[in-house]
Amino acid sequence: MTAATTIFRRPKTTSGFWGWVTTIDHKKIGIMYGYTAFFFLIMGGLEALLLRLQLAGPEGQILSQAEYNAMFTMHGTTMVFLVVMPMSAAFMNYLLPLMIGARDVAFPRLNALSFWIFLFGGIFLYSTFLFGTTGAPEGGFLAEEASRLGSAPNGGWFGYAPNTEPQFSPGTVLDYWSIGLQIIGLASLMSSVNLITTIFNLRAKGMRLLRMPVFAWMSLVVNFLLMFSIPIIAVALFMITFDRQFGSQFFQTANGGDPILWQHLFWLFGHPEVYILILPAMGIVSEVLPVFSRKPLFGYAAVVFAGAAIGFLGFGVWAHHMFSSGISPVAQAAFGLSTMTIAIPTGIKIFNWLGTMWMGRLQFTTPMLFAIGFVAMFTIGGLSGVTHSIVPSDWQQTDTYYIVAHFHYVLFGGAIFGIFAGLYYWFPKLTGRMYSERLGKWHFWLMFLGFNLTFAPMHWLGLQGMVRRTWQYAADMNLGPWNMAVTIGAFIIAGSILIFMWNWTVSRRRGAEAGIDPWDARTLEWTIPSPPPEYNFAEIPTVTSLDDFWHRKYSEDEEGRAVRREEAGTLVADLEYRGNNPEKPIHLPSPSYFPILIGISIMLIGYGIVYNSFAWGIALLAAGVLGTATSFIGWAQEPAEEPAEEETDGEEH
Amino acid sequence: MADLAHTDEHETLGVDNRKLAMWGFLASEFMFFGALISTYLLYKGRAGMPPPYPRDLYDIPFTSISSFVLLMSSLTMVMAHNALTRKDQANVRTWLLATAMLGMVFIGGQVYEFSTFVQEGMTMRTNAAASGFYLLTGFHGTHVLVGIIMLLSLFGISRRQGGLSEAKGLNLELVGLYWHFVDIIWIVIFTVVYLIP
Repeated sequence: MTAATTIFRRPKTTSGFWGWVTTIDHKKIGIMYGYTAFFFLIMGGLEALLLRLQLAGPEGQILSQAEYNAMFTMHGTTMVFLVVMPMSAAFMNYLLPLMIGARDVAFPRLNALSFWIFLFGGIFLYSTFLFGTTGAPEGGFLAEEASRLGSAPNGGWFGYAPNTEPQFSPGTVLDYWSIGLQIIGLASLMSSVNLITTIFNLRAKGMRLLRMPVFAWMSLVVNFLLMFSIPIIAVALFMITFDRQFGSQFFQTANGGDPILWQHLFWLFGHPEVYILILPAMGIVSEVLPVFSRKPLFGYAAVVFAGAAIGFLGFGVWAHHMFSSGISPVAQAAFGLSTMTIAIPTGIKIFNWLGTMWMGRLQFTTPMLFAIGFVAMFTIGGLSGVTHSIVPSDWQQTDTYYIVAHFHYVLFGGAIFGIFAGLYYWFPKLTGRMYSERLGKWHFWLMFLGFNLTFAPMHWLGLQGMVRRTWQYAADMNLGPWNMAVTIGAFIIAGSILIFMWNWTVSRRRGAEAGIDPWDARTLEWTIPSPPPEYNFAEIPTVTSLDDFWHRKYSEDEEGRAVRREEAGTLVADLEYRGNNPEKPIHLPSPSYFPILIGISIMLIGYGIVYNSFAWGIALLAAGVLGTATSFIGWAQEPAEEPAEEETDGEEH
Repeated sequence: MADLAHTDEHETLGVDNRKLAMWGFLASEFMFFGALISTYLLYKGRAGMPPPYPRDLYDIPFTSISSFVLLMSSLTMVMAHNALTRKDQANVRTWLLATAMLGMVFIGGQVYEFSTFVQEGMTMRTNAAASGFYLLTGFHGTHVLVGIIMLLSLFGISRRQGGLSEAKGLNLELVGLYWHFVDIIWIVIFTVVYLIP
């Protein structure tokens, strides 16, 4: 490829600001996903704290009604799309290639593109606080002038129609919501195609599918779920965007539109989405528990197949979110039954985790505590979930705080606990240093306490009749005391997050040296130096069994107990030396400017669509389309890797 | 998306990364069009919407012809691929151009169809069934358009470089997969949306 046909000189730097901007290294991209998701965790957390201040006592006055609606919508949207999903993407990006013995993902530039599209999609969505407008709906009561805090999407994270139609939600905030989610979904879709290809095609020699770590398996299932569910929400969001911008009638009841269609499309995406959120955490826990129980995972194949079964069943249960929307009794019975069957594979997993710990020599490190916390809290959330599958019971619970309690037990007690288990577990690999175990335990116990103080009383509030999304409640409803407990719990959680941030920031600079295998672990990422070199593996490993690394370190005595081999110590030292000193130079794909440029261009297209009735909006749209097209041309002409100096003339055809 | 596996990694399944990724992408596209087609089916027969309904305006003979044109473009696509396996670069270009042309004829037919419908009083704003019709067929047309751009790019590359290399040859196969997918979806749309009353 001659220099004349490329738009920019190929970036060469791999460090500093430009190194991050142009990187296509899956580890750096994973880290950027992680920090971005954590930033949004803080944003979503602050929104939750505002909600809790408003509800701390009866007839709260902290937030206006408009602000309250904006806060609960943004809290939910943020936590689902901008925290748990990208945090899982962070783990998958960082770990998948390491776990299956690869140098990178299948399409490194596409991977960078996914991240930048996600980031600029998130920025686009959050720019609603700067630019978004709300207006007085027809016949609505929120006619007040909204503050900046209230100038955010306000239709709930589920965005039910017809509330999202232009006559009921004038202004631009819901355009920010629908187009922002569309952009973020695009990023997930690209990344799912990329990671599925990676898992199928980039496995090291001998890494058969049923020798992959459970985390890799759960990632595979999640990416299939994304691949098949994102297009559905894309269609639904297009419908809203077209209704709002171009006058189509998808959810206009007067002209034949059916709001229930939105619910079907949304939950046909939304229920697989729930498993998209929880399965990566299940994968993390399945890695952490065996290591700290000093035993192999109990029932590996059962855990894997249960995960796959959850993925399949996840597409057949969506209407249990709609029991009160008037679907037919047959549909209610069918979806109630299919929902109950989900409990079977989930139960299999929980018993396998218990079996893993049973008779193990448990080490109560911070990641282990979070993993055990996950199993316990997720079980509670799972059980209250089964109560929703019973239709008449669901009618009583729906839209009450009981539901809020349930999904926070599975998504916070489940997904977030799992994510923290993973953050602590892989911290030594990521940074090469150890975190403070003392602060880690403070974090866990405070979060565990705060979590249960926050969400357990919500069960009782819900059963007492406190409805969801309520802005205020009257003093004589006697909901005050438990609500105060909930608010105190929320602030305890916030405090525990501060401890985590302190621990992370200090330990990554000053923690003790971790070495390559601080946990005496089982999977391939622990066979390479910490932090991993840019090329990951100096030599691509060959795998001969499940938990290969473990079997190289341990054998069994007559009673089947693990006995550490004498040569294990030299093996690890040897791996460290060889990992840092590859025999021949390793050629890696080159960085690129185009992923971030396309990300920015797509954000511009988003603004262009929101403001398409203005000339400058059309100009933004044109700039975005032009930027995307030019960048793609540049991308297509840029070889994946710059040929090394000595072979510059061999590449041109 | 021409990123290849790095030197000492092998493709475990024996399928090229890009081809596997294209299959995955097309799988997700089925869900995309599935949702659009279901929406149209839900809305098409609803009573009480302001007329006209899409089904009142269909010109089946005309759409049959444009459907035939699109189907034939799959044949020319196969011919292009076949020429490439014979390393007959001149014919590759001819068939690529023919495929793109047939695609353009189809798009032309769709533009004509849409403008006729608008003249007869059915726009996206008329009723939910009309919205469903335009969104579905519009997205399909967009897919055809993207396919045409890819075909013409291949044509341009082949002309500039005097034929498609082995690496670019895989691109032709990928574009072919995409093109056949768009065709298959149209067969479903034509049957389910136009033909079934």
